[in-house]
Amino acid sequence: MLNVHSIESLGTFDGPGIRLVFFLQGCNFKCLYCANPDTIAFEGGNPYATEDLVAMARRQQPFFGKKGGITVSGGEPLIQAKGLIELFKALKEAGFHTCIDTNGSLLNDDVKELLDYTDLVLLDIKQAQEERHRKLTGRSNARTLAFADYLAQRGKATWIRYVLVPGYSDAEEDLHALGQRLKDMHNVEKLEIQPYHKLGVHKYASLGWEYALSDVPANTAEALLKAKALFQAYVPEVVIN
Amino acid sequence: MFKSGNWQNAIDVRDFVLKNVTPYDGEGEFLCDASARTKHLWQLCLTAISEERANNGVLGIDNEVVSGITSHGPGYIDQEHELIVGLQTDQLLKRAMKPYGGIAVVEKACQEHGLEVSDRVKDIFNNYAKTHNDGVFDVYTPEIRLFRSLGILTGLPDNYARGRIIGDYRRVALYGTDRLIEAKKLDMLGLIGPMTDERIRLREEVAEQIKALGQLRELGAIYGLDLSRPAQSAQEAVQWVYLSYLAAVKEQDGAAMSLGNVSSFLDIYMEHDLQLGLIDENYAQELIDQFVMKLRMVRHLRMDAYNEIFAGDPTWVTEAIGGRLADGRHKVTKTSFRFLQTLYNLGPSPEPNMTILWSNSLPEGFKKFCAQVSIDTSSIQYENDDLMQCTRNSDDYGIACCVSFQEIGKQIQFFGARTNLAKTLLLAINGGRCEMTGKQVLHNIPELKSDLLDLEEVMSNFRLAMKEVGRVYNDAMNIIHYMHDKYYYEKLQMALVDTNPKVNLAYGAAGLSIVADSLSAIKHAKVQVVRNEAGISTDFKIEGDFPCYGNDDDRVDVFAKEIPAYFNKLLKELPTYKNAEPTLSILTITSNVVYGKKTGATPDGRAQGVAFAPGANPMHGRDKSGALASLSSVAKIDYKDSLDGISNTFSIVPKTLGADMEQRKENLVSIMDGYFSKDAHHLNVNVLNREMLEDAMEHPENYPQLTIRVSGYAVNFVRLTRAQQQDVIARSFFETI
Ligand code: SF4
Repeated sequence: MLNVHSIESLGTFDGPGIRLVFFLQGCNFKCLYCANPDTIAFEGGNPYATEDLVAMARRQQPFFGKKGGITVSGGEPLIQAKGLIELFKALKEAGFHTCIDTNGSLLNDDVKELLDYTDLVLLDIKQAQEERHRKLTGRSNARTLAFADYLAQRGKATWIRYVLVPGYSDAEEDLHALGQRLKDMHNVEKLEIQPYHKLGVHKYASLGWEYALSDVPANTAEALLKAKALFQAYVPEVVIN
Repeated sequence: MFKSGNWQNAIDVRDFVLKNVTPYDGEGEFLCDASARTKHLWQLCLTAISEERANNGVLGIDNEVVSGITSHGPGYIDQEHELIVGLQTDQLLKRAMKPYGGIAVVEKACQEHGLEVSDRVKDIFNNYAKTHNDGVFDVYTPEIRLFRSLGILTGLPDNYARGRIIGDYRRVALYGTDRLIEAKKLDMLGLIGPMTDERIRLREEVAEQIKALGQLRELGAIYGLDLSRPAQSAQEAVQWVYLSYLAAVKEQDGAAMSLGNVSSFLDIYMEHDLQLGLIDENYAQELIDQFVMKLRMVRHLRMDAYNEIFAGDPTWVTEAIGGRLADGRHKVTKTSFRFLQTLYNLGPSPEPNMTILWSNSLPEGFKKFCAQVSIDTSSIQYENDDLMQCTRNSDDYGIACCVSFQEIGKQIQFFGARTNLAKTLLLAINGGRCEMTGKQVLHNIPELKSDLLDLEEVMSNFRLAMKEVGRVYNDAMNIIHYMHDKYYYEKLQMALVDTNPKVNLAYGAAGLSIVADSLSAIKHAKVQVVRNEAGISTDFKIEGDFPCYGNDDDRVDVFAKEIPAYFNKLLKELPTYKNAEPTLSILTITSNVVYGKKTGATPDGRAQGVAFAPGANPMHGRDKSGALASLSSVAKIDYKDSLDGISNTFSIVPKTLGADMEQRKENLVSIMDGYFSKDAHHLNVNVLNREMLEDAMEHPENYPQLTIRVSGYAVNFVRLTRAQQQDVIARSFFETI
């Protein structure tokens, strides 16, 4: 059983090819720019049985082509690692490509077992510099970085996702710090720069929350390209999503 | 000069294509840009189009001469640059009168543009000649009139030409008119007694066809061309095919007049001339560009009211491209690419309505090229070739109008617009009375026992209502097609079809998603009818959640599957004119807006007047699990129950398809492969930005060519009414979270 916030049948930015994306309810972070703030609370969501989710994947299989598959995102999916083990086991048995989009803050035995059934990890690193990470998320980045090390040690295929927030994570030092962390990780296939946007802002109002980054402008095209060029020195493939 | 076969002994174009076609497995790198001549001509066309728009949508009308195959002298855009010649009248975009559908319509259309039909023509058609429209209204029953006026049946071709029939225009290029006349004369000799009604009618029809072929030959002569003999070069093949099509659109103003599947046929001539070094690629592209340019200039004279049902002045010059042959080879040729290339060389356009016959086994290079064209132009649509071939048993077919299969030269179709199933459901809830006017429409529907709707009870009434609506619809169709044959027979098109072909009777239904969601609400939630003093439903109070069509949820999708199956079964039990085989479409064109206006509040929570979803689409905003779940829901409707077609429109912003062009192409191909492998029938693909459409509403002059696809055809966005534009924008653009 998994607690699901919503389902997107046409995911094109959540792993290779066309993805069926399960957004799970609940997150242990509260990032200032979170575009899905309605997935943060642990209350809410709808319970789904593993069989139903697998059946959904089977129905959608014809759309997956050669590359596509299933991605779990959130919220923070690893909070429900136990339920995910059951789901991913079944999906792997049925021959699907599986992928997890995580903030990397949880690493327990369940998570380790889950990774056995996971083909690709999308690891969201919010900030490589501890102080600035705290400012952005209210938390330390130590666990996320340890998670990255663990993935590297296991040789688990990983794409790094990095939201370029003007003033919060787009300084040159920020980018170099992250590049330094990644440069020797051979499991990292790709780095995706995610432009900062405010498309989720209306959700804050309906949650009665304040949006702290109202004054932050969107990235300029130059800034995005500059960040891309900078990362290319460290990671084999860099894309702007 | 070509490989021999049965095509030499009999009129058998399919055999010629089968023996001589050169399937092409590569990509589009061989394609050429528009030539200087082409660009020059297209510039003149664009100028004429902008004058047309500035002049209230009509550049000119010939109010003196009744249009016919040979009615007008030659017309040119700029003769010395034209490789392919022929216009409907003597002047570009000047429209002609075709009063045999109905003189009142022609008079109205002229008046709306400040003109009067000439006295002579008025005199003839008001005092001597009888029209299709006169015939139909002489015979219509009070019941049919009531159904029409209340909007239970709409868009019936009773005051305009029915269209949909596709002539095999390839025949003229392959055989020339002399040989075709000979063959028809031979058919005539075989049509001996006993002289029953049917036999006499058929003999008269063939006699008309023979005359029309003679006139086609004359049309050639007007342009200095000898159509009596077969075409002898690529240029002649294109020219012969075009003039045959031109003859059809000079004689008829059918709602939709498809071209067929000429591209793989023409490719044989192109290949031949290219092999011999008689032409080069540049010239081959020029021929297709100029052919397509002419097809884009086809116009019919319509009243403004016509625009409500068929928005944007469409002509539906539908050309089917690709697909496979029964022997397993595919029919993608270099000329398939050349047709698509016109969307770059001349810019995007709704016409000709290019339809890709998609098979999962088409070459990857072609699939990706199609995806790219969709992403760049939103001008093409897709249909499932694997499904149609195996269900309909033919590999030589075109698409009639928007989405309907039609075997070329062997079958024809009688067009029948559509009925409103959502309104039919309301008749079931209101004891057979119309919810908008209170008028008693059906007489055998019991009043509901309780206003808390019960699925069993509603379904039982709904079945009765569908049966009655089907009966009246069938009556109307038989009358319409009897009269159309009698007063506005398509003699040229039928001359290019086998004598006495198989006929499909094309019924249609609108409002399927509303019906499915309504039944789901009644079943899974509590729905209470709110009635006015007269006892007519004005609103529905819904308590609780219910699954909506468009989320790949069988609890509701089952209704979307079962209702057309049931209605189709009812229609199949009724007698038809010319023993036509009934088929059903789930299609609305742009009439989903008008239907909405004429339909009261429905049990799914839709308010009175709100537009329907187009075709088989889920209602917008109710598909909550993204685009593919929505496609999966639509794919569940069984093609066998809706053989006239199941239309689905898919609009998406480019970004949602992927981060860059390569990914977008790849993903779109995967979507199409997936959708069609689920036995879905049809898909319109729009890849557009909402902002762009909003801007186009405000500044139409900046977007003369902006094309979008709506339920089976493409239209110029700027030619839609404001309400239709708003409807298109409001409808689901699939943007992911
Ligand atoms: S980790 Fe992701 S879901 Fe959680 S708050 Fe941050 S951005 Fe939102």
